[in-house]
Amino acid sequence: MAAEFEPRIVAFLCKWCSSAGADLAGVSRMEYPPNVIPIQVMCSGSVSPLYVFSALSHGADGVLVSGCHPGDCHYIKGNYYARRRLALVKKLLEYIGLEPQRFQMSWVSATEGVKFSQLIYDLVKELKPLGPQTKFRRNY
Amino acid sequence: MKRTGVFVCHCGINIAGTVDVKKVAAELAKHPGVVHAEDYVYMCSDPGQNLIIQAIKEKKLDSVVVACCSPTLHETTFRNATKKAGLNPYRCEIANIREQCSWVHREKSKATQKAISITRGVVEKVRRNESLEDVSVPVTKRALVIGGGIAGIQASLDIADAGYEVILVEKSPSIGGHMSQLSETFPTLDCSQCILTPKMVEVSKHPRIKLMTYSEVQEVSGYVGNFKVKILKKPTYVDPDKCTLCDECTKVCPIVVPNEFDMGLTGRRAIYIPFPQAIPASYTIDEKACPGMFDTAIACGKCADVCKPGAINFDMKPEIVEVDVGAIVVATGYDLYDKSMMAEYGYGQYPDVLDGLQFERLLSASGPTGGRILRPSDKKEPKEVVFIQCVGSRDPELHWPYCSKICCMYTAKHAMLYKHHVHDGQAYVFYIDIRSGGKNYEEFVHRAVEEDGVLYLRGKVSRVFEDNGKLIVWGVDTLTGKQIEIAADMVVLAMAIRPSKGMDELAKKLKIALDKDGFLAEAHPKLRPVESMTSGIFLAGAAQAPKDIPEAVGQASGAAAKAMAILSRDRLFHSPTVARVIRNLCTGCGMCVSVCPFEAISLKEGKAEVNEILCEGCGTCSASCLRNAIQVKNLTPHHIQEMIKACLGG
Ligand SMILES: Cc1cc2nc3c(=O)[nH]c(=O)nc-3n(C[C@H](O)[C@H](O)[C@H](O)COP(=O)(O)OP(=O)(O)OC[C@H]3O[C@@H](n4cnc5c(N)ncnc54)[C@H](O)[C@@H]3O)c2cc1C
Ligand code: SF4
Repeated sequence: MAAEFEPRIVAFLCKWCSSAGADLAGVSRMEYPPNVIPIQVMCSGSVSPLYVFSALSHGADGVLVSGCHPGDCHYIKGNYYARRRLALVKKLLEYIGLEPQRFQMSWVSATEGVKFSQLIYDLVKELKPLGPQTKFRRNY
Repeated sequence: MKRTGVFVCHCGINIAGTVDVKKVAAELAKHPGVVHAEDYVYMCSDPGQNLIIQAIKEKKLDSVVVACCSPTLHETTFRNATKKAGLNPYRCEIANIREQCSWVHREKSKATQKAISITRGVVEKVRRNESLEDVSVPVTKRALVIGGGIAGIQASLDIADAGYEVILVEKSPSIGGHMSQLSETFPTLDCSQCILTPKMVEVSKHPRIKLMTYSEVQEVSGYVGNFKVKILKKPTYVDPDKCTLCDECTKVCPIVVPNEFDMGLTGRRAIYIPFPQAIPASYTIDEKACPGMFDTAIACGKCADVCKPGAINFDMKPEIVEVDVGAIVVATGYDLYDKSMMAEYGYGQYPDVLDGLQFERLLSASGPTGGRILRPSDKKEPKEVVFIQCVGSRDPELHWPYCSKICCMYTAKHAMLYKHHVHDGQAYVFYIDIRSGGKNYEEFVHRAVEEDGVLYLRGKVSRVFEDNGKLIVWGVDTLTGKQIEIAADMVVLAMAIRPSKGMDELAKKLKIALDKDGFLAEAHPKLRPVESMTSGIFLAGAAQAPKDIPEAVGQASGAAAKAMAILSRDRLFHSPTVARVIRNLCTGCGMCVSVCPFEAISLKEGKAEVNEILCEGCGTCSASCLRNAIQVKNLTPHHIQEMIKACLGG
């Protein structure tokens, strides 16, 4: 029997809320699937669309951007920019034909360990049936 | 050629239990540019740190990755170790393989693979890191406090008592703020002036407080630790050093204007002292009211004629004073909502419809009636008084959506004090619900109801109108559903609390934000309630949100402590991972300038320029720049792209 498809996901987590939330999930030992590789950024507002495209072109099957809740940004309003900018990116990706599940945004605060772990569960569950992402993957 | 060292921590079995640490080290040893990789049971222990120091020296490492717990725990530890070994601390990075890996996964092979991916990514990052030095600036050890109400007074005293100089700027002729107008204060009913005056005197006598009344902040530049402020000192036309407070001048001044201290219930002369306990104790000529001031044709000068000490000086000119300060506390307080908005309650139309502060003046022993409650219209004692709460508050459709917070309490106080003055009178309170959260507050409201027989009616008042010398109040009791009509002798409106007039202009000068209702916005609604979003500027009192005295004082001490944390330093250090402009790529479009939350970027000679002190390194600018011309040091798009590549193994 062929092994089940395991999506590889890159998660851009802001340092102050979402990465701290992921740390809390760890401290509370809330298990979730190991498919996500976290990359810590200072603020979700610093996530350039290029990062998303780059992850997809290097073979990520899904990309997650997570920051502080709107209104709670450590840098005041970075996540508002992220929200607007990445909503456009999402539209663009979907327009090109990428499955909407493959690029997701969420808001996870430093106290939401449970939410973070649930988020990863759901993400992996949604991506498994889709199989590998080939639309953007570069052929080496 | 890069020479990176990788150190994988077991953390006892915390990591090693789920991650094959030996395999991580072995795999990383094969990673291009990694010249040293080892694992150890506790990297953060002294022997663990020594392994790192030794390897840096022996293998001539130029960068270090420690794969261990979250960087929030030991980043500083390992960066210090790196520094000890003679390597720049910013050439050390942490790969979090505990909280975000070993603790949340069970399958060893998969967890190990993930740990390898994470660590590879961080290796690719660190080898592109520059050596950086902390940004440092000297600190001016002096504070500016804006607003001389109880909040500004408390902040000034705290900072000055700690040994720092304070400049306290107050726009009106005396400090004291609204607290000086109050009669007695809930929940203990102590006399407001009696507890305030000693503090005002302390301010005026304090060797380290420079009091500037009748003054306003005109211009603010600079940044935390180094603000430059221009203060406009308006002329009072009276020399406070010569004035003996004999009060002869007001007896001859022919001009009468409404007295703002008594909320317009009385008049004052064009030359006046705001209230007897005013600090500084001196008179002021209101140049808008005095006819002798600019138009020499109708020059009056009667006050100058009778002033024996010769304190009056019509030649006084506005003065601009420039000061350097290291921190700023904004405590500009509140004003009541514009009553003309409340036409349905007859405010301005009927003299016996008052606002809360006017009622305070009636209650005050030093007020226009000497502390007797008399109707302004006919000076008779009102036997039925209706208090209406939430006037202009909690009304998102027509007025303000927020709760003004203090009016439930002061209305209970008003009704109670009214009963203490007029034993056979009846007090009614119209309310939506009672908000009395606070130490001994609930008990206070109960006392009003139970001991003083105040009648609380749950409901809204639709109209107040005059009929036959009475004020007819129409309302609905929402508990019984009945229409209510009360023929009252006086109506008191608990008007919404608004930020003080001129707040928006001041906020612009300080480059700090206002919230949706116009109050000063705090840096974080929960965790940074006394800080503005601009480093070095702090918030105190009702300027930030409606507050009672204990809360205003508490926040003022908090703001003072925050300001002192800056003033106590000789230099301020700042993380050097800030934005940098690649000048030849920058076209000067200004996109980054507009998105920067800290106003740290400006355009100079057609190129963006970053103020490293103001920049917090969030990177919002870099994501907005179409040309990659602005990047955060050690976390550039290049760093991230290479991390992505390495994490995904390609
Ligand atoms: C009717 C009524 C009754 C009350 N009763 C009680 C009570 O019994 N108990 C209680 O705890 N609280 C009571 N309060 C609340 C109390 O008044 C406030 O908590 C307190 O005054 C807040 O102090 P503050 O210093 O923040 O603001 P303020 O008292 O408003 O002082 C602000 C000061 O800043 C000055 N200022 C404003 N703008 C500028 C500027 N641009 N530049 C320079 N200076 C400026 C003002 O002139 C003023 O002196 C009552 C309030 C009302 C309306
Ligand atoms: S404090 Fe009481 S009276 Fe004032 S707005 Fe809030 S609920 Fe209304």
